[in-house]
Formats: sequence, C-alpha cells, structure tokens
Amino acid sequence: MRTEIPVAIAFVAGMLMVVSLFVPHPFIAEPAAVMRSWAIIITAFAYVLGVANIARISLHTVKKRTTDWQYKGALVVALVAMAGVGVSRGIQTGGLFDWAYLNMYVPMQATMFSLLAFFIASAAYRAFRARSVEATLLLVVAVVVMLGRVPVGEKLWPGLPAFTEWIMEVPNMAAKRGIMIGAALGAISTGLKMILGIERSYLGSD
Amino acid sequence: MAERKTEERSLLTKLSQIDRRILFLLIFACATIPLLLGAGLRMSVTAPVQGLYDAIDGLEAGSYVWLAADYDPGSKPELSPMNYAIVEHLFRKDIKVISGSLWAPAPPLAQAVFDEMAPRHGKQYGVDYVNLGFKEGREAVMVSIAEDLRRTFPEDHSGTPLDSIPMLEGISNLQDVEMIICVSAGYPGIKEWIQQIATRYDTAIGGGVTAVSGPEMYPYIQSGQLVGLLSGMKGAAEYEQLVERPGLGIAGMVAQSSVHVMVVIFIIFANIVYFLEKRRAR
Repeated sequence: MRTEIPVAIAFVAGMLMVVSLFVPHPFIAEPAAVMRSWAIIITAFAYVLGVANIARISLHTVKKRTTDWQYKGALVVALVAMAGVGVSRGIQTGGLFDWAYLNMYVPMQATMFSLLAFFIASAAYRAFRARSVEATLLLVVAVVVMLGRVPVGEKLWPGLPAFTEWIMEVPNMAAKRGIMIGAALGAISTGLKMILGIERSYLGSD
Repeated sequence: MAERKTEERSLLTKLSQIDRRILFLLIFACATIPLLLGAGLRMSVTAPVQGLYDAIDGLEAGSYVWLAADYDPGSKPELSPMNYAIVEHLFRKDIKVISGSLWAPAPPLAQAVFDEMAPRHGKQYGVDYVNLGFKEGREAVMVSIAEDLRRTFPEDHSGTPLDSIPMLEGISNLQDVEMIICVSAGYPGIKEWIQQIATRYDTAIGGGVTAVSGPEMYPYIQSGQLVGLLSGMKGAAEYEQLVERPGLGIAGMVAQSSVHVMVVIFIIFANIVYFLEKRRAR
C-alpha cells in the first residue's frame, strides 16, 4: 500500500492536469483549479523545509567548528535577523526589511554575479584554444557574436549586427530547436511514465 | 642556439600562464573607466527589440498588461534597465500595469522601478499600476492567474485586498490583459509563460532575458509565440534608444563593448601563443 496509494494519487493528479488542458468543462476545470491551489501551497512549504534544513546543517557546522564555520555562523545570524525584522516589522516598501534588502542583499548578490565577467575572461584566455576544427569554428563564431552584440562591432563593420542576427536565427535556432524538441519528448516520456506508475524513483528507495 | 630556443619557450610558457590578476585588472579597467567617463554609443535596433516596441506601441491607452518581474539582484544590472525602459514606454502610452513575480527577491526590485518612474509620469498606485508581489508555485501560479487572479493573489505586495484596488475592477484573470511582458532571469520565466499561457489562452507575450538566455528564445520568436525580445544589456540599450530615454543600458554599452573587445584580444593573443608554443615543441 505504501507504493500503490502514492502511485494512484500521482495517476489521478497527473491525468486530471492533462485532461484539463483539453476539456474546459467545469466538471474537470474546477477540481483541476483546486489541485493547482494545493500545488501552490505544497510548493510554499518547500521553503519552510529548505530554511529548516539549511539552519540545521549550518548550526551543526558551527557547533562542531568544522571548516568555514564562521561563514555558516554569519548565514544563521543573517537568516534570523532578516526573518525577525520581516516578521516583526513587515516587508512593506520603505520599511527596515526593504531597506536591508535593497542596500545589503542586492549589492552583495550583484557583486557575486559580476565576478563572472572576470572568470569568463580568465577562462577565455586559458582554455579557449583552436585545438580542432570544431573548436576553431566555435571560437570564430564566439568572437563574431561577441563583437556583433556590442555597438563597437557595428563601428568595425556595419554588417556585423545583421550577420550576428543571422547566426542567432539560423544555425543557433536550428540547434536550439533540436535540443528543445528532444528535451520536450524526454519530458513527455518521463511524465507519462510517472503518471502510469512505471517510473517510481520519486517515491524514494524504501 | 639551444639556449635561445629555451628562452623563447620559457617566455611563451610565461605568456600562456600569465598571472590571472593581470587579466582581472585589465577587465576591471575596461568595465569601470567607460562607466566613469559616462560615454554612450548609438547602435542599430535589432528585429526582436523592434518587435517588442511595436507590440507595446500598438496597444491602446487604458489597456492592461501583466508585467512579470522574474529576476533577482544577481541579474539586476542586466535586466533592470529593460524594466525601466519598458515601464517608461507603458506609462507614456497610458497603459495600466499589473506587476507580479514568481521570484521571491523580485518585488522590491520591481517596486523600485515604479517608485522612480511613476512620479515622473504622474502615475498613481492602484489607479495606473499595481505590484502584486511574489507567489510561490511556478507554472501552477501562471495557470492559476490565467483562470482566477483573486484566488491566486488575494492581496497586493503591501497586503491591500485586490477588491479595494480601483484599477483591478473588472479584471478577473489574465485573459483580461492585452499582453504579458516578462523580464526574466531563468526558471520560472518567459519560456514557462509561453509554454503555459501563450498558446493555451492566445495571449501575446514579449519581454526580456539575460544575454546568456537569449539564444534559447529565438525559436519562440520565429514561431510567433514571442512578439519581441530584449536580450541582455544590448537589448535594454536598444529599447532605451527607441523610447529616447538613455539609461543604464546605453551607459553600460561602452563598458560592455570594451570588455568584449578585451576578451576577444585575450582569445586571439592566447591562441597566437598556443600556436607558437606548438611550433617550438616540434
């Protein structure tokens, strides 16, 4: 029963969602809408589990004083402080939570993301080599697109943006479309296997 | 002769293994100096950007759009300029904006755009625009809004019930809006809006994505499921040029140009060194 009941629930829920896409009758649409509301609530609970899990792991690291425990400590302090401010004083615009978010979290995360530019430049210098025909092709196209995507490329050759768009609209799109169709077929196949109870790995090992 | 060859090889090895701090310093200089100088560059407008502009420009005054702010602070430098330029165009056209987000960190970023743009255009919260905030649930939320807005978002970002917001009177779901504009940094984002809403509810969708996600969107532009697309900071800069409001997109173009040129120089130089090394090894 530990397997049969979840498989039956997955079958009913999955079939309802599939059928609701094609049958707009209230007999199908209404239970489907209720089920979507359940999905929203269940997904929201994932946040609670996520926060509880990260707090548990971080507190354990701090307690054991293992590698980089100070960072975990900072994480717990920040988590408690932001949650405390949000719960006690609200998250409204102009409030303390909003101020901390805009003036601390936003610049910190933007800084982390901006580091990518440095790593990409370093990686391009160290690893981007014309070692084979395929690598040379990739390298040439990357250089063309990189220049064609910025105004300076247009100054070098006015036809470069149009040529870049052609690369995006023809070879790139052909490859992307192939990948997307392949991925979609894979997703449909996996979905069907889960709905029909053939794929059961989501139930866990025991 | 042998000594000279060894010296050359050692120089080439040094060049190929150059201290990464030198590369970082060069990139830093390329990124910051143009920003400090405040220079701007004009550019031609690409078809996907023009497509979005035309689609918004074709909307009638008083019509509604859903502005999905699906991004976080990490992608703010790239996507926020798009949001500013799009809101500028929407407000100028007197289009009513309903903003909502499927990314938890997004609502304050969207609110910051409204806070700056609304007074400039004399727009009022609840009358001309509204920020519904964040709702977890990804694709389920998209379909849920498409069928019943109030069940999905009973309140706005500040906790005001939707029924007390004047501009939402008569708006019951996404089928009452003319267009969905999504500024997205990944999942859930513009692709999911297309998959869940565009074809199912026959709603026009346009928007903007980070440069790295741009190539993935081209099949949707060609199929007509996406009316237009801003890709990366260049897309934002082109849109700023169309709405004649130079902002961070255009300002960032010189910095981005010089960084791209520097990366291209790195690639070419490193490959020259690589081939010389290979020849010496023979």
